[in-house]
Amino acid sequence: MVEDRRLGDLIAYIILTIGVAIVAFPVWLTFVASTWDAATIINGQLPLYPGPHFFENYYRVLFVGTSSTTREPVATMMFNSFVMAMTIAIGKIIISVLSAYAIVYYRFPFRMAAFWIIFVTLMLPVEVRIFPTFKIVSDLGMLDTYQGLAVPLIASATGTLLFRQFFLTIPDELLEASKIDGAGPFKFFKDTMLPLSITTIAALFVIQFIYGWNQYLWPLLIATKDSMLTIVIGIKKMIVTSDALTEWQLAMATAMLAMLPPVFVVIVMQRLFVKGLVETEK
Amino acid sequence: MAQVTLTHVKKVYAGGVEAVKGVSFDIPDGGFCVLVGPSGCGKSTLLRMVAGLETISAGEVSIGNRVVNQIEPADRDIAMVFQNYALYPHMSVYDNMAYGLRNRGTPKDEIEKRVAEAARILAIEPFMQRRPRQLSGGQRQRVAMGRAIVRKPQVFLFDEPLSNLDAKLRVQMRVEIKKLQRALGVTSIYVTHDQVEAMTLSDKLVVMNGGQVEQIGVPSEVYRKPASKFVATFIGSPPMNILPATIDGPGIVALGDAILEARDLQQDLAAGTKVEVGLRPEDIEIVTEGQAGSLPFDVEFIEELGATQLFHGQLSGLPFVMQAATGEVAAQPGRLWITVDPDRVHVFDATSGTRLGRA
Repeated sequence: MVEDRRLGDLIAYIILTIGVAIVAFPVWLTFVASTWDAATIINGQLPLYPGPHFFENYYRVLFVGTSSTTREPVATMMFNSFVMAMTIAIGKIIISVLSAYAIVYYRFPFRMAAFWIIFVTLMLPVEVRIFPTFKIVSDLGMLDTYQGLAVPLIASATGTLLFRQFFLTIPDELLEASKIDGAGPFKFFKDTMLPLSITTIAALFVIQFIYGWNQYLWPLLIATKDSMLTIVIGIKKMIVTSDALTEWQLAMATAMLAMLPPVFVVIVMQRLFVKGLVETEK
Repeated sequence: MAQVTLTHVKKVYAGGVEAVKGVSFDIPDGGFCVLVGPSGCGKSTLLRMVAGLETISAGEVSIGNRVVNQIEPADRDIAMVFQNYALYPHMSVYDNMAYGLRNRGTPKDEIEKRVAEAARILAIEPFMQRRPRQLSGGQRQRVAMGRAIVRKPQVFLFDEPLSNLDAKLRVQMRVEIKKLQRALGVTSIYVTHDQVEAMTLSDKLVVMNGGQVEQIGVPSEVYRKPASKFVATFIGSPPMNILPATIDGPGIVALGDAILEARDLQQDLAAGTKVEVGLRPEDIEIVTEGQAGSLPFDVEFIEELGATQLFHGQLSGLPFVMQAATGEVAAQPGRLWITVDPDRVHVFDATSGTRLGRA
């Protein structure tokens, strides 16, 4: 292994480069397409370098909107998606950290039953329970509202399980030391458990933000008004048109914009996120 | 400062397991009491009941004439040092020590004063802003002690605080704990399975086994007059040799062909009663062959301890250990003739294991 180092490195780099190219090329193509005009794309002769219409396309997408399809500018959609993703991510974290704390640290009747009920909901993702959930949301008059978009997706077991596993690794002595130091259950949670969970929270936030941002089926049902569209639905609406040419450059620009917030979240949280997944600091 | 009294304290777990079977003793104000025993003997459970971390199934625990059975740990005016230190990993050393005081609403300048004083006593001033993970084991141990000191509690509770340290540091910290406890004069309860810690630290030694107290006393008394075979083998290193024997007359036991005088032996035992004789390895004397009452000891191998040597071998077919100062006896396998001072022969009941001593 040691003597063949340079050759080994070379092969590794070649494989890595091929991998990066495979992943990055479609993204690059999307970006290139978003900088040309419609005619060039429809000709089928899209160059592999960016064109001159960058500002024009992005300005139109962000603030004007496509007249024929979505009628709302992408800025509105991004805002809707952002509110939805943030509500889901933050809501999930609050609910799961609290429920996990209750399950791990409190002795109450049917504690294990409660845990297993939560666990079983892992088998019931949105798609499975979509009809009853839709019925409830609509009966509650939450169609075309942010609550309607976010609340039904907040309830989930993954976060609870993640925090439960983490809490179980925290030595009991820490709780006992807190008790002797005069910290009640809430103070122990606030002063000790939350600071220790910060990396786990960051990891869950990244995962859930992207999960919320990428939701397709649920917003498709709930958002009937154009003003409540999310960006993922927006892209889809721009591509499928019945009586007009698809404005590919605008759809591509929207796709680029749709990628930005998740990328931003990952870059900002990456250090904490990776730490949260591998962390054993205690 | 306070006296701690335990009265018929019991702990029964939900499954019916009796971890502590009715323990009573008291620790005078400023006393240092060590609970010692093998794993699972209930010593930690007992300590945790005093701390309020375990409920008390029956009996009473009182601290300074106040029954604390129903009082929360925080309100018992105690401080505890845990085996794994249980420092808050996300807080600085300073915050670790100040946390309990802050929760009690102690004024800020008072907290600063107390933490600074504890840091000075424990020589941890340079680390005050570090996190526990950046400290060595010994430093963490000091911080854990500091957290207990700043509270100025009525009672210190130590739950095997030195068992995570290396041997050298353990000896050093042991001395420091003793000095500190003397200086502060705080009543302390210390749990350990290490009999050296138990002997050196305590003014009052409580030896536990199977949820019961085997013997309570000052360390030297426990060593000189162990109340049972269990205590005899548990306290002292290397452990006491136990050999089967029979009563031969008042104050006389027979080990096979050999006869041993035991001055402390109860007088009214019938000849022929089966007993067990305990001889400490360090009490064995070497005599010339054929001396009256001497026992033949076949040495098989020798362990070198520096100042002393351990002679392992067999005495009438049973494993036997003898300790002697280096150079006192030729360190080679072979037969030695030994005897024991009649004051240092311990006799125990063959079935119950209790000491058959004079009343």
